[in-house]
Formats: sequence, structure tokens, C-alpha cells
Amino acid sequence: MSIPPPRAILDPTAARVERELKHAKPLVGCRFDPSGRFLFASAEDDTVQRFDLLTGAKTALAGHESWTRGMAFVAPSPVAPADFDAWPKQQAALQTAGGFGVVGVPTPKAPPFLLVSADYHGKLIWWQGEADTPKPIKIVQAHDGWARSVAVSPDGLTIASCGNDNAVKLWKAADGTAIRTLDGHASHVYNVAFHPNGTRLVSCDLKGVVKDWNLKTGKVEREIDAKVLAKYDPGFMADIGGARGIAFKSDGSAFALSGITNVSNAFAGVGNPVVVLIDWAEGKAKLLKPKEAFQGTAWGVCFHPSGAIIAGGGGGQGRVWFWKNDEPVGIHTVNVPANCRDFAISPTGERCAVAGSNGTAYVYNFSGAGPVPVVPPKKK
Amino acid sequence: MLPCNYACNTASHFSRRAFLGSTAALGLGGFANPASAAELKKSQKRVMVIFLSGGVSQLETWDPKPNTDTGGPFKAIQTSVTGTRISELLPHTAKQAHRLAIVRSLNSISDDHGVGEKIMLTGRKMEPGINYPHIGAVSAKLLGSNESALPGHIQILPKGGSGFNSSDATFLGPKFASVSLGDGKPPADIFRPKDLAADTDAEREAFRQKLNDRFAKSRKSAATEAYTESYTQAERVVKQAEVFDVEKENPKLADRYGRHDFGRHLLLARRLLEAGVTYVKVSHSNYDTHHENFDFHIEQLGEFDRPFAALLDDLADRGMLESTLVVVMSEMGRTPRINDRYGRDHWSKAWSVCMAGAGIKGGVVVGKTNATGTAVTDREVYSGHLFHTYLRAVGLDSTKNFYPNERPVPVADPKTAAIEEALA
Repeated sequence: MSIPPPRAILDPTAARVERELKHAKPLVGCRFDPSGRFLFASAEDDTVQRFDLLTGAKTALAGHESWTRGMAFVAPSPVAPADFDAWPKQQAALQTAGGFGVVGVPTPKAPPFLLVSADYHGKLIWWQGEADTPKPIKIVQAHDGWARSVAVSPDGLTIASCGNDNAVKLWKAADGTAIRTLDGHASHVYNVAFHPNGTRLVSCDLKGVVKDWNLKTGKVEREIDAKVLAKYDPGFMADIGGARGIAFKSDGSAFALSGITNVSNAFAGVGNPVVVLIDWAEGKAKLLKPKEAFQGTAWGVCFHPSGAIIAGGGGGQGRVWFWKNDEPVGIHTVNVPANCRDFAISPTGERCAVAGSNGTAYVYNFSGAGPVPVVPPKKK
Repeated sequence: MLPCNYACNTASHFSRRAFLGSTAALGLGGFANPASAAELKKSQKRVMVIFLSGGVSQLETWDPKPNTDTGGPFKAIQTSVTGTRISELLPHTAKQAHRLAIVRSLNSISDDHGVGEKIMLTGRKMEPGINYPHIGAVSAKLLGSNESALPGHIQILPKGGSGFNSSDATFLGPKFASVSLGDGKPPADIFRPKDLAADTDAEREAFRQKLNDRFAKSRKSAATEAYTESYTQAERVVKQAEVFDVEKENPKLADRYGRHDFGRHLLLARRLLEAGVTYVKVSHSNYDTHHENFDFHIEQLGEFDRPFAALLDDLADRGMLESTLVVVMSEMGRTPRINDRYGRDHWSKAWSVCMAGAGIKGGVVVGKTNATGTAVTDREVYSGHLFHTYLRAVGLDSTKNFYPNERPVPVADPKTAAIEEALA
């Protein structure tokens, strides 16, 4: 199988809304599957919605009993990017030749993958992500309190989860068997990610304490300071912060955390979005700020294959911010029509998506092209 | 000079004994029945208000609506009362439900912090021309003992300075106004400086008293009365300084309350009630969660839950629960609608209050909201109903009057009445 290289060039000014994927309830999280064909968006109605970007089909994954934000994918082998051109062309050609009454070209099968989703009742659910109507195939009571995030190891064998019981836990990706609990955080653990070399794992808690875990020994190799993402607000006597988003650079030379900083009023969300870029070798943090002043939180962050760093977030409105490599000030901002609660980038870097508080997932295409026509699937 | 517009115009009328003997004001007839006056004295009824400042969410506490548009991510858990479920954020409190009366149908009229607080503490809508006394002042006046070695009305604030207030007793007079304890600490400047000898201090105080008395004979006013009372209150606090030291408590008990500020403040409140203080209000801050309501309620209610349950157990173990009314309130609730920043905003139309202890029927839920919590569907009550209920719960007749300047002022809003279903 030949897999084309990811998009090496990014022109953020070319970003256009390609799809508006609507759901009736506010969205909480979003992730692209390994082929980039599906966008999974979790919602306040406890469902995960699967949007098929190829066919336009929308499928509800029902099984959680609370909100889901953490989502990660296990693919048995390298996955080829979804082909968004061939099938629509075949469909269009057939319709041109035989009119609208002809039987359509069968919808291409998606390669198999597992989705693991984490909810605020502390449960992890395994789903066969590409199935016609995915059902829970494994449910694990993983955390006492919220399970906030999940990640999959580079070899696809291990799942890491974290949550409000201050724990990071490791599970067998194949069947959900518990492997190990990594104890050490003193506050809620907000996010977790595997280093691309597969030997280390980082986790970040509410207080901005980052732990670098050695997966062989289960010990903390070092702590990294990201306290710029945390604040105890003495006025309201409460803590705000944590890494709302986390991502590793594909070569493992850095990872990024996103959240809120400079908080002056925690209960009104008065603060500024920020990305904390951490050099892996040195463990030193660098702050990346948006190009324009903004009040709110950066809810998600990703590395684009070109090296650019992209974050999405919101306050009263939604934004997507772009940075060129590790330059401290952003180079471009895209205004999103709703408050953005999560951000994801497709595996090839062709697209990004935000989860809107208005129930719409906005999918942006970086090619500058207009909306891709969606051919509705024919009923058999 | 301002006249002394108190409920009673002379200092002698502040005496509880005189008050009980007076038929002009509440007098013996002020109590539910004359026999209960003796019982009241014996059992020393007390009131404690736990005030969740900023407006706690009813959906994350007493009236959860899981798996609905407004319910948020939390589940409802079973309590010690079959069929009564509260938020999973209150697991320890859930085990105390048999002691609680939960009112789920409160409409408190105002979505403003300041106005809402006043409405909840006075049991009245704000009216031009009159300021009603807070429940603390009313409790101190009607339940307090004149022989008490401590002020009758104390509020423990999570932070800030300590001092003597004058506005919350209004026409009841400064004797019943609150003494604030910022972070549970008595006012720092009331204690005798180390380099001032005791006898010198006594001489100085006697001289001050002499001047004060002479001044009061000719030019007594509300201001001078408040000043004098603050001295008296301070004197009482100084003499009972060790009551304020929670380190004197059994460490295991202190552990149960929790080794954090709110746990310490609740333990202090129990000590003060035990030492004879009639009314203690403990504020817990803060619940004004316009942003990330759910994360903040996890944190704040995580701090509230265990100490509150420990307090109820402790009061019960000491035989104090049946004589102490405990109320958990806020200035308002929070909107059922979840805003785009995961926040909930101000909401007074349909929210909840919880009561326990003296005169309260445990295991009761009063009133109902609809499936999404956006409206009261059964037994709507106002703050006036609650005010009547508090007074009735501690054995007082809430339908009587105060007589500031010989003008009758109902103790509680006459357009409302006690919530009988919540009373034992």
C-alpha cells in the first residue's frame, strides 16, 4: 500500500470552511479518525456523533452516560488517507450516464480501527469505529470521577487515560485489560500523550505540573513546569488551569500544551489563550501567544505536518490560531462562528476541525477550495 | 443626632428576659406556646447558616437533572432516603439525607448578588423606607440569652478583616448586629497589647466607660449605641478568646471536618454554638461560576461535602442537633441553561435550599421543578416562607410583630407562611 506523504506546506490564509456538520446539542470534543474520512464529535447529550466526510452520513454512537471529551484511535496497520475524489467522481459519472435512477457505486469501505472514548463518569468505551452503527464492545470503569483524556501508544498496543482521581492509567488497547497505574499527581490530571518513541508518556494536571513518565519503570523521569497554565484565583478561592490540549511533534523533539493564562477572573474566564511549547531535550517551556489579543481558553492544539502549530479555542467567540514553528507570536487567526471547545487536525494536515458550542463542527480545508460536494448515498 | 429607632427604645428591652416578659412585643406569646418558653431556655435553640457565596448550582447539589439538556455531566446518586437522589458531588451529604429537608421550589425573585443575599437573609423583598433585620439578628434577639458570654450573632467569612457590623440588625439595634470573623479570627486589635499591664488597662477602660456613660446621658444616638455595643461585644470576645482556637479540638474530629479553611470554619462555628452563641453564619466561597461551572463545582463542593456531613454528625453526637437549626443557602441558584463557556449564570426562579436539625423533619423533599429545572411545577415558595420556617423550627411564632418606634413590623413576611411539610 502506498501512503502519500502528509501536506508539507501550509498557507493558513487559505483556510476555508469546507463543511458545517450540525448536531442538535452543543459539542464538547472532536477528532479525525486515522484515515481522515470521519470526524467524531462528542456532545452534551452524552453521544459521540460520527460524521462521514465522504458520504455526508451522520451516525450516533450511544453508550456513554455522561459527556465525552477524550477520544483516541487504534489502527491495526498504517492507514491510507481517505480518497475524497474517486468515489464522488464515479457517482457523478454514473448519474450523468444513466440519470438519477441508476444504482449508485457502493460506498467505499473504511479501513478498520478502534475508537476509545473517555467520559465524565470515568468510563472508557471501545468501539469498532468504521462499523455501520458502532456499539460499545468494551466498557471499563477507569477513573473515580472524570476521565478527561485518552491517548494511544505509537505501536497501538497501549491506551493511556487520566482523570480527576489524580491518576494516569495504562490499558491494553486490544481488550482493555489494566496494565499499570501511574500515581504521583496531586491534582486532577487533564491530559496525557505518548512520546513518538513509545518509551515515555507525559501528563499535565490542573496545577500545570507536567510529569514525564518512563513507561518501562513506571517512574517519573522529570517534572516540567507549565504552571503558567494554572492559577489559584484568590478572589473566588478556586483553581483554574490545566492542559486543555496536548500534542507531540511527530519527530518527538517538542510537545505543546494549550490552555488559559493571565487569569484575572476565573469565574468569568477572564484570561488569555496560550500554547506552551516544551523542548523535549531541555524540558524548557516557551509561550506562544495569538497574533491578536483575545480573552479565553485554547482548548486544543496540534502540530501540522509542515511544522506549524495550530490551536483552537474560544471565550465569547471562537478562534483558530496559527504559529510558524516556534515563533512566540502567532501569524494568523481564523474567526470561528461559535465558541470553539475542541480542535483537531486531520492526519494528512489537509483539514482541521473545531467543536462548536452551538452544536456545529466546522471543518476547514487548507487548500483554499470551496465546499466539497457531498453525494448522498443511494438507498439499496 | 439620629434617634435610637430600635425595636425597643431602651437598653433594658434588649434583655431576653425582659423581652420574654413583655407582651408589648413578642413576649411569652411570641413563642408557639408559653410552655415552650421554658423548654426553649433549657434547650438553647441556635441557628447556623452555611452560606454558599456567589450562588450554588441547584443542579449540581439538591435538584440534579442528569441526562437532560440542562443536567450537565454529573449523575444523581441515591441518598439515605429511598427515592431521594442528589448530585454525585455530595456523596457524604447523601448519607445524611434522612436528616435533611430539601426545598426544591424556591423562587427568590432577584438575580442580583447583593439583593439576593438580602432577600435570603431577611426573608423579604427590598422595600423603600424600611430595612429588615437579618435572620442572624432576629435569632440573636429572640433566642439569645442576656447572660451569654459571647456575642449572639457571628459570621465567619472565608477571608478579609474581622470587625463589628451595625447594619444587619437594623431596627433591632447594634447589640444584635453581627461580629465578623475574617478567616475565623477574632478582630486582632481588641486584645490587650503585651506591653500594657492588666491593671493599667482596667483603669483605662473604667475611664472610657465613665466618659461614655456621661456622654450617653445627654446625647445618646444610634451611632453612640453602636459604638458602645461594639466595645461590649469586643469585651465578650476577649474574655472567651480560647473558644476561637480550634486547635483545642480533638485532632481526629478536626480531621473529620477537614484540614482546610472551610473545615476549620465549620468546626469553629460548632464551638461557638456550643459556647452559647445563638447564631453563626459560615460563608463558603465561591460559586459564581459563569465559566466552567462543572470544574469549579467539583472543587468547591468537594470542599463543602465532607465537613458539612461531619458537622451534622458532630452536632448529633453532642446532642446539639435537635436544638440547632442548620440551613444551607445562597443568594441565588444558577441557570439550568449551560452557556457556551460551560458556565451557568444567575438564576432565582427555581432553585433549592436545604435545612436540618432543630424542628426540621428529616428525609423530606418539598416542591418540584420540571424535567429540566427551568420552572417550579409544585409548591413554589419564596424567601418569606423559609424565614417563617426557620423561626417556627426553633420554636418561635413567626406571625408576631416587632415594634420599632411603637410601629408594628411583622417579624416575617405576613404574605407568606411556614413550610409545614418541612417541620417536625
